[in-house]
Amino acid sequence: MATTKMGFIIRSLPYKTEASRLALTHAIASQSVEIYLADGDLVEAELFFIGDGVLNCLKKQEAMKHYGNTSIAMHLENALLLDLKVLICKEDVEKFGLAEDMLVMDAESLGGETKAAIVPFSEIQKAMEAVNHLQMC
Amino acid sequence: MGKLTIGCFSSLVGSLSLDFAVKLSEAAVKKGHKVDLWLSGNAVMLSKKGQKAFRDYSYVQKTVDELIKAGNLQVTACEACAEARGYHKEDTMEGCKRFSMDWYLASCFDADRVLLIGGD
Repeated sequence: MATTKMGFIIRSLPYKTEASRLALTHAIASQSVEIYLADGDLVEAELFFIGDGVLNCLKKQEAMKHYGNTSIAMHLENALLLDLKVLICKEDVEKFGLAEDMLVMDAESLGGETKAAIVPFSEIQKAMEAVNHLQMC
Repeated sequence: MGKLTIGCFSSLVGSLSLDFAVKLSEAAVKKGHKVDLWLSGNAVMLSKKGQKAFRDYSYVQKTVDELIKAGNLQVTACEACAEARGYHKEDTMEGCKRFSMDWYLASCFDADRVLLIGGD
């Protein structure tokens, strides 16, 4: 029985490329990875939003209206619903003039209990050092 | 020898990042390592058969084909990403596989090193 921790660092702008969406969908896929693994083995995914990537966390994304597809905010809510750890860089949130109430911080509307956290980069760095593999998206 | 899992999101021809991923895979395989190359997003087109070589564009299908045949390289494309691009199972290059994203995480599970080459 073993657990491999994967950290997805999201630093790409939302919608400009597919990278941030793919990071979220890959992280969410950790919930069904067991079909390929031995009994008891697990993959845990964590999401770290830094730099331009914090803009992926904005509420009120209207992707369906403008692009006809699901929003990245919705994927983030799904990740929280599935209890994935989500850390958002405090310095970058401040740099963009954002506030916590402008960001997706929970999935309460879906019945989720896990909350995202806005933390200093130093904490994100510690979390990055604690995972087995980092994925820069 | 070790196992290297490489994930790539970058597009075929439009970006040289995918060429880099193939060259890195080739170097690792030649050193005796096992490589899983996961293609997601625009990168799935690397595993589409029927690519033609032109002098103005990079062409890595021949290298990929040779490495797969030699063993120790497994190329797998994200099924949903492929279907979204109109690239269906019957278009898949011989020796390449198609799975859902959890396959990639499973490959990372027991990899000695994981490298994700994201972006376009």
